Amino acid sequence: MSEAARVPVAELIGVTREYRMGQNLVRALDDFSFTFGRGEYWAVMGSSGSGKSTLLNVLGCVDRPTSGDYKVDGVSTARLDDDELSELRSRKLGFVFQSYNLIPQLNVLENIMVPLFYQDDPPDDGEERARKLAERVGLARRLDHRPAELSGGQQQRVAIARALVNQPALVLADEATGNLDSATALEILDLFDELHAEGRTIVLVTHELDVGERAQHVLRLKDGRIESVARGQRSAAGARA
Amino acid sequence: MKHSTLARTVKLGISSLLLHKLRSLLTTLGVLFGTSSVIAMLAIGEGASEEAQEQIRQLGSRNVILRSVKPREDFATGGGQSVRVLSYGLTEQDLGRIAETFPSVARVVPVREIYEEVRFSDRMLNPRVMATLPVYRDVTGRVVSEGRFLSDQDEEGVANVCVLSYEAARYLFPVSSPIGEQIKIGADYYTVVGTTLDRLRQRSDLVGAGKSSAEVFIPLETGRKWYGSMQVKLRAGSREMEEVELHEIVVEVEDATQVEFVANACREMLKRNHKQSDYEIVVPLELLMRAEETKRIFNIVLGSIASISLLVGGIGIMNVMLATVTERTREIGIRRALGAKRHHIVSQFLVECVVLSVGGGLLGVALGLATPLVVEHFAQMRTIITPTAPILAFLISSGVGVLFGIYPAWRAATMDPVEALRHE
Repeated sequence: MSEAARVPVAELIGVTREYRMGQNLVRALDDFSFTFGRGEYWAVMGSSGSGKSTLLNVLGCVDRPTSGDYKVDGVSTARLDDDELSELRSRKLGFVFQSYNLIPQLNVLENIMVPLFYQDDPPDDGEERARKLAERVGLARRLDHRPAELSGGQQQRVAIARALVNQPALVLADEATGNLDSATALEILDLFDELHAEGRTIVLVTHELDVGERAQHVLRLKDGRIESVARGQRSAAGARA
Repeated sequence: MKHSTLARTVKLGISSLLLHKLRSLLTTLGVLFGTSSVIAMLAIGEGASEEAQEQIRQLGSRNVILRSVKPREDFATGGGQSVRVLSYGLTEQDLGRIAETFPSVARVVPVREIYEEVRFSDRMLNPRVMATLPVYRDVTGRVVSEGRFLSDQDEEGVANVCVLSYEAARYLFPVSSPIGEQIKIGADYYTVVGTTLDRLRQRSDLVGAGKSSAEVFIPLETGRKWYGSMQVKLRAGSREMEEVELHEIVVEVEDATQVEFVANACREMLKRNHKQSDYEIVVPLELLMRAEETKRIFNIVLGSIASISLLVGGIGIMNVMLATVTERTREIGIRRALGAKRHHIVSQFLVECVVLSVGGGLLGVALGLATPLVVEHFAQMRTIITPTAPILAFLISSGVGVLFGIYPAWRAATMDPVEALRHE
């Protein structure tokens, strides 16, 4: 994909995010500008404290930049209020967390449908979508199981299905394989590859090198700035190879 | 869609609460007991006050009742060591004065009591035997169930006839009708001409209306003729001679507004004409008003207790919900990240509070409705459940859930999603 044909999905424009930690002012993101294009699969890497978690929170609209602007799918978030940001999250973003973060009192099907529940105008085919996604991640026969009855890998599959149910513009994964054994981690990474092949935009935060290498592009952070950008280490077509 | 959203929120709330069944149950207890005790206490209070008021009403709200009371020993006149003659009480003179002096008095009815046993075949009873005029029935509102009450002809002819109250009739004639039968009062025979309906059981001697409702009525003149005013009263181990002209005078006033005036006037008049305080004045209307005042105070006290117990119940809910919110910080973070707006979080927790308090309220209403039945059965007390009590108690208990849920829900909704997600 040539640079000119990129369609921006997540656009950070001079984003700075500062925290106050006791007496000190910590600059987690420092005048950060970057664009994630449609259909791209990025790994964000860096040591702890490099700002990758803050970047993910800003990308996920759960955190707001202290200054600068962030556009999701062309929508500027700088002037949105809390409700509008929430609606944006439920429509445009999908989250996959390290510790799965399923809701314990809901079954698999209900967990997958949670993002739809919070949309102002939820789609009528929500349940059908959720069933298809459960099938897609190989859990069609466990729809009425509670999270506690599933293995870690299965829980993460539910979480991925949940992240896709709202047909998001951007899927964000935070150390998505961090809690899994290596075999299961590979299965999950295979699943991400498949999603990438289907044309999803994925941003995966990780500190594990071998996980980062599976992604199409790698963005390295250091002290809240871009350290390096490695494009096209793997092509989309070659993802399954 | 809005409708199903609420339904889902409620369903979710219930499933969250079911995750901690014991805790949820214990949380509802405060509201449960608050609600049920309010309903039960109201029912018992209402029953007691209704019973008291009915007793008073039966005495006649337009009546003033004067009674002879045996004075305290040291004021008693006459009497020797062996056989003492006690002379006290209301007199024919009092009766005449009251009838003549006050224009607002409609009727006065004298009552003499006769201390004699009543027998029929082998059955014996110690009822209140009252010699009185036919108007006694009207003035005191007694209802004839069989036969007739005393008549003017009985009075004029000094007839040996009597009327039995339900209690007396039931005891003396358990199976057959007493009408036309001859019963023995003391040494004389009387023909039963009628029976009256039972008055309300007078278990508590609230207004001094007598311990038993077994009553036998005979014509006043008959009583006067056969028994005189001097009577021997047999007490355990002693004999007492008593001289009482009239035991009771029932004064019926034209108009309820005049009752107080007449009562005071009678009091004044009796004070002037009696050297000792050998009488008492019972004013049913005053008692009624006092009973209503008591009921009002009772309701205020009850209301305060109810508010306190519901307050405690509400605080219990708030306490648990605050703990729940902290415990579920991460869940809140997840939901926020997945797009939940603040109002979604508020309604989620508020719904849980309301489910708790409404659940407690419903159980409380059930318990509150059942308790009076148990009390009625075992304590033989009358209880009245007014329809407003359970409805009000239920509404208030639900309101408590909303009120005490607001703060925990607000706490949950205003959490920073980033912080909440980081929470372990």
